[in-house]
Amino acid sequence: MEGVLHQIISGIATGSIYASISLALVMIFLATHHINFAQGEMAMFSTYIALTLIQAGVPYWGAFVLTLVFSFVGGLVMQRTLLEPLARAPVLASVGAFLGLLLIFNNIAGWLFTYTLQPFPTPFGTGAPILGGMLSRHELGSTAVTLVVLTAVWAFFRYTKLGLALRGAAYNPVSSRLVGVPVARMLALGWGLAAAIGAIAGMMVAPIVFLDPNMMGGVLLYAFAGALLGGITSPLGAVVGGVLMGVIENIAGAYVVGTELKLTTALVIIVVVLVVKPTGLFGKALASRV
Amino acid sequence: MKRRTLLAGLGLAGAGGLAMPAIRPASAATLVGVTKTEIKIGHIVPYSGNASSYGVGGRSHSAFFKRVNDMGGVAGRRINFISLDDGYNPAKTVEQARRLVEQEQVAFLFNPLGTPTNTAIHRYMNQRKVPHLFLATSADKWGDYKAFPWTIGYAPSYRTEAQIYGKYIKEQRPNAKAALIYQNDDFGKDYLHGLQDVYGKDFDKVFTKVVTYEASDATVDSQVVTMKDSGADVLVTGAIPKFSAQVIRKAFDIGWKPLHIMSNVSASIASTITPAGPEKAEGVITSQYLTDPTDPDFKDSADMKEWREFMAKYLPDGDVTDANYVYAYSVATLMHIVLKQCGDDFSRENVMKQASNIKPVALPLLLPGMTAATTPTDFRPLKQLQLARWKTNTWERFGNIIGA
Amino acid sequence: MTQTNSRILLVLFVAAAAVVPLLFATGYQLFQLTLVVAYALSVLGKNLVTGYGGQVSLGQGAFYAVGAYTAAILMEHFNVPYWATLPVAAITTGIVGLALGLPALRLGGLYLALVTFALAVAVPQLLKYKLFEDWTGGVQGIVLMKPDAPFGLPLDNDQWLYLFTLAVGVVLFIAATNLVRSRVGLALMAIRDQPLAAEAMGVELSRYKTLTFGFGALFTGVGGALGAIAVGFVSPDSFSIALSLTLFVGMVIGGAASISGAVYGALFIVFMPNFAEQISKAVPGAIFGVILILFMFFAPGGIASVLATQLRRLRAARTG
Repeated sequence: MEGVLHQIISGIATGSIYASISLALVMIFLATHHINFAQGEMAMFSTYIALTLIQAGVPYWGAFVLTLVFSFVGGLVMQRTLLEPLARAPVLASVGAFLGLLLIFNNIAGWLFTYTLQPFPTPFGTGAPILGGMLSRHELGSTAVTLVVLTAVWAFFRYTKLGLALRGAAYNPVSSRLVGVPVARMLALGWGLAAAIGAIAGMMVAPIVFLDPNMMGGVLLYAFAGALLGGITSPLGAVVGGVLMGVIENIAGAYVVGTELKLTTALVIIVVVLVVKPTGLFGKALASRV
Repeated sequence: MKRRTLLAGLGLAGAGGLAMPAIRPASAATLVGVTKTEIKIGHIVPYSGNASSYGVGGRSHSAFFKRVNDMGGVAGRRINFISLDDGYNPAKTVEQARRLVEQEQVAFLFNPLGTPTNTAIHRYMNQRKVPHLFLATSADKWGDYKAFPWTIGYAPSYRTEAQIYGKYIKEQRPNAKAALIYQNDDFGKDYLHGLQDVYGKDFDKVFTKVVTYEASDATVDSQVVTMKDSGADVLVTGAIPKFSAQVIRKAFDIGWKPLHIMSNVSASIASTITPAGPEKAEGVITSQYLTDPTDPDFKDSADMKEWREFMAKYLPDGDVTDANYVYAYSVATLMHIVLKQCGDDFSRENVMKQASNIKPVALPLLLPGMTAATTPTDFRPLKQLQLARWKTNTWERFGNIIGA
Repeated sequence: MTQTNSRILLVLFVAAAAVVPLLFATGYQLFQLTLVVAYALSVLGKNLVTGYGGQVSLGQGAFYAVGAYTAAILMEHFNVPYWATLPVAAITTGIVGLALGLPALRLGGLYLALVTFALAVAVPQLLKYKLFEDWTGGVQGIVLMKPDAPFGLPLDNDQWLYLFTLAVGVVLFIAATNLVRSRVGLALMAIRDQPLAAEAMGVELSRYKTLTFGFGALFTGVGGALGAIAVGFVSPDSFSIALSLTLFVGMVIGGAASISGAVYGALFIVFMPNFAEQISKAVPGAIFGVILILFMFFAPGGIASVLATQLRRLRAARTG
């Protein structure tokens, strides 16, 4: 019985990694109605920026804030220069551009920062882990950070005018423009925020999985799956979905089908959930534009 | 598309199958890719895609042969080193190998990387009778000199390595209850097979928990928990550095202290031990054949100095903690030795003959006492390993050099 | 240009595609062209699903893998001749496509994209699974013999394989053209462009969606089988998620809602990486990414749509 408990705790810890990227995906979806395939690689790149700053002697939290600023501006600039010109192109063209970005970030990171695995510092102390070693201080701290980010995102969309405008601009750009929302600026803002959230996720993930240019490859898939399971329109759903992914994966791998099929099993479960409830656990139906 | 004459087109294309023997008598020496002033060497490695971390091997080789050329080349000839990207995709490897052999007309292929990728061109290279030298993969099958007389491996095979671990466990812990974690691909499976070789039908009794992971997984924490819960007191890790480091850290964190034996690809201090935390790796055992560039024991060795000078001069932006550069330097040196041994005859037949007649030679950066050697019935240049235990901040080698 | 004229042009083009490489291309180049045809068929399958059917599938590599393994297993374990594996590969992938199309029709848009993406990720794992290992060769994969030309034709195996692949490709491209022009195709485009209106007019949404998915899988599967025969090797590493993304790139570069676009896309994915590599050994992936983004900027509808626009302009200039 202790084993099951261990697997669940360990699953929650891993799941919170997925959840943090899921959250960034949901953020950009709410703000632009796109799924950004380069999200993981952008987060990885931001994490390297943070590491470079820390190695240059900047204290952790200083580097943290600087990285967020850098990522926010980077996301903003990327939207204005790359995505804005594609606004009237078919959706597929945007997806093509995302894939291009993915390749660029991955390859440039390897070239600039080498492929050698790098340890990344944690701000939560390296003392003895708690719960019999099941949960390291960093895992506890990063889960808390994910929850803080979740609350902030939720409150932002729910209670601020800006958040509403952002959602409106993505949901119905024409009507939004008519009521005076600067749609283009909103989309850029959405990208900036998503990039910043991604950067937080990257800095929280890196101490656990270690930093290398392919750090996010595996995480991104689980994050997609988590976002999907929870509902792509719901920040809360993203976090719950991500954590569930971690737990399902562990339980399936340890007790049900063995490690060789755990990913496949997790994916089958998601498909079943989606067939029963196509919007995900917490998602709202998206009215399709006619 | 480049312009080709009809005759050349047919002749080249035909060589893959039946036409070749009719055009050239089989006994004559085949001189391709070699002129009075140049030797063309082909190489394939992933510069793009998920395995692009191995691209440093290609950069190192290019720099190495540039140095050879700066020092006068080989037998008065410059080395023209052509390195191509296959993104670790076997279909692309076939395309690039054919480009090198048929279009660039290289003399031979040197150190192409990967097991699936080399498997895809294995038969092609042998049908074409093009030397396929010192592959950058430690699968067991490259030593098959009878069926594939044009293919020769380099490093000790993973399976041999795993057999050494198996024997060591049997000797140290006759009543072991063991666990194994391996990467679910050809590399990881060799550890399973090597241990099965040693234990035979007892394998399932001794290894009560065998788990896998995918190279694309985020963490292996769950697997470590599973293995600990099985009550194992011996752990074998057949993994790449990222996951070996995670295993070391998680086992430490949950207070599991088995006799931990870890694959030699993870022996890199920079890639595995430093990320995991040196104190958490205390007592971990691995096997080695190369010196680690960050190992304090070898800081001032002559080999290390020579290598650092090379890096400083030819690869100033290369990462000197990356063990891939050390590996590349050692295998390129072996290639250089074979070329020098060829005298003035760089026909494919003679290159292969020399590559399979290497008198024991101590390559730079091999561990002290180790040599590379081949014979016409032994296509495994490196066969020696030495066990090492992590103590405080260095690998302490122990026991004899083990030859397989 | 009249219908007959363009048909004659097409026949001439196909004849040239068959003869010119045989005369002038080396074995290596023929191999590349064979891959182009195999990829073109696979991208075509994707175009049917996404370009015509309006369903974004990111997992087309999974069908490519099923087709490739079907051919390889039949050749290796049952001694089936290579040409006879194609119909089996077509039927197998078609059935797999239909089976997956069923849940697919419940999942619109992004959800479908993500589920198919997940499918593509799961495929290598399944190929390695121990229950199937006896068939699939597990992590080692299956090495195949290259077929020789039949009937004592004076062709080497690269030349023969190119002709054979091209012939299969031409037949399937004609089939796809007819499919798109048929009632099914029209219904599909109606669904893609005006789903509610189409449904109101009595088009059975779900049936057509499932059908497209099946057809798309079938084309991609045959492409996979041809690719496996040409490469002579299949292994789980050949069919990673990168393959699905490559096919996706082929589709958007060529032009999704176009039959000929599949050919342009295939040319791009075979030749462009070599070009990117020539520019920079250090960052070939990034160069490829930049080229991809540039294409999206200047030809967001794909090469086919640019060509179509140019052609229209040319014609307008001539008549006006």
